[in-house]
Amino acid sequence: MSASGPFDTAIVGVGATPYYRRGGSAPQTITELAGKAIIAACEDAGLSVRDIDGFAYYSGAGAGYGQSMDTATFMETLGIPEVTFSAALTSGGGGSAGSIGLARAAILAGDATVVVTVMALQQVKQRLGTVFGSVAPSPENSFLQPSGLVGPGHLMSVLARRHMHNYGTRREAFAEIALSSRENALTRPKAIMRTPLTLDDYFNARMIADPLCLFDFCLETEGAVAVITTSAQRAKDLRRTPVGVVAAAHGGVREWGRAFAWYGMPDEYFASSGHAPIARRLYDRAGITPDDIDVALIYDHFTPMVLMQLEDYGFCKKGEGGPFVESGAIRYKGGSIPVNTHGGQLSEAYIIGMTHIVEGVEQLRGTAVNQVPDAKLALVTGGPATLPVSGLILGRTA
Amino acid sequence: MSTLTTTLPPAGIQITTDSATEPFWQAAKENRLVAPKCADCGTFRLPPSPFCPTCQSQNVDWVTLSGRATVYSFSIVQGLPGQPELTLAAVVVDLPDAPGARLVSNVVDADPGAVEIGTPLTVDFIEIADGWKLPVFRVAAVTVAVAVAGAGE
Repeated sequence: MSASGPFDTAIVGVGATPYYRRGGSAPQTITELAGKAIIAACEDAGLSVRDIDGFAYYSGAGAGYGQSMDTATFMETLGIPEVTFSAALTSGGGGSAGSIGLARAAILAGDATVVVTVMALQQVKQRLGTVFGSVAPSPENSFLQPSGLVGPGHLMSVLARRHMHNYGTRREAFAEIALSSRENALTRPKAIMRTPLTLDDYFNARMIADPLCLFDFCLETEGAVAVITTSAQRAKDLRRTPVGVVAAAHGGVREWGRAFAWYGMPDEYFASSGHAPIARRLYDRAGITPDDIDVALIYDHFTPMVLMQLEDYGFCKKGEGGPFVESGAIRYKGGSIPVNTHGGQLSEAYIIGMTHIVEGVEQLRGTAVNQVPDAKLALVTGGPATLPVSGLILGRTA
Repeated sequence: MSTLTTTLPPAGIQITTDSATEPFWQAAKENRLVAPKCADCGTFRLPPSPFCPTCQSQNVDWVTLSGRATVYSFSIVQGLPGQPELTLAAVVVDLPDAPGARLVSNVVDADPGAVEIGTPLTVDFIEIADGWKLPVFRVAAVTVAVAVAGAGE
């Protein structure tokens, strides 16, 4: 247990815009949304935007699909004088949690001192739910796109089916993840979904890609979130109690690879989240076990992928995720490992993984709306997706 | 459910090729399902790609397969934006004579309830945009499966 151990880097500021339903953030531009989040994160930290000297993105610095986060544009519009680090993890939302590890690497290498990770999302031009149905054909996606699996949820429904087949997982387990997330969102002022969800609602919902229904899919929302990472030394003098970066990891194994854009995974990986190698490295680096985690902020684009991450991160055995969640284990009230206490992407807002980092920070500051009593260690994960996937362990410092 | 499974509207299905994938699609035009097999170590791979992931060789034998497949996993897609009437059985299939390689396709003309993991299939080809053909699958009648298996041996 290293919750009070030494930290080399820390998250010192978080900031966000309001969250909007699809189309609701207009007429703000994506740069405007991102800028507002960056300014808010700096204010939270007690820093000026002029102190920023590094940017650590993920998704190849993309913002959703088809838009991008651009360092020079932020410097020009926000008045940031000089940047000494600007880089991104490759691929997509799998790197959200790992981008804090990229910021940490820059700081430890001496390449930057105040590093921003930012993501903004608008979905007017293209909704994410069916994004793959509208991209131009490529030699690679010509082996996928004709099938009509037009969006990430459609693709992952095939993994969910295999999990149900291999382990007897029931739709009731996916429902419990949706219901638990909704319960947590009810008390959240910023949450998009604030009306209770019942099991009847779930089973009466439209099937989108059977075995997944409407409530297995995350929200299609808009907004921006920024996070500021700095050295432990610098963090001491700032406004907020620092939240330590205990461990961060990204990557993955070839057996997962392009995952549901490939479908060639061997059976032990097919019905998984691809996160098992990340989990092993994170726990090794932190010197802890899953039992030491007090709150888990699990990337929840689709309910079955939460279940499979719970297995891959060792909160239950492989194949037992269904009975585990159905037992109430992930509930904020009464669960053994509270999951997505902010309502997650299923019920609060979907900003491609950033809201999970914010909730981890708030839990360890002790300021979360649904505060887990005495939380010392939080797990934050990036999206099960084409590699790299990633994870982050944050620790309370005071 | 009485609606039979189909594909996306075929005239709207577009593919593109590169030097690694072109032979797959040219064979499909001739109603042949093929897969690249490493000429050095025998590893099958799909989608076709420039190197063998086992031995890094670029030598390939294009093997004509029997067209038999089994459902490894699947999803039933009920309607897409603008196409609410569509019922798709999107399948990931194992190819018994190209072990380790999988295809992503559709089962057509089936009762959606008849598609299960393990369901035996046989390939068929439909015309899509720009003169290409797309391999799709049909549920194999047991007697047909036996006949095909016999013919392949």
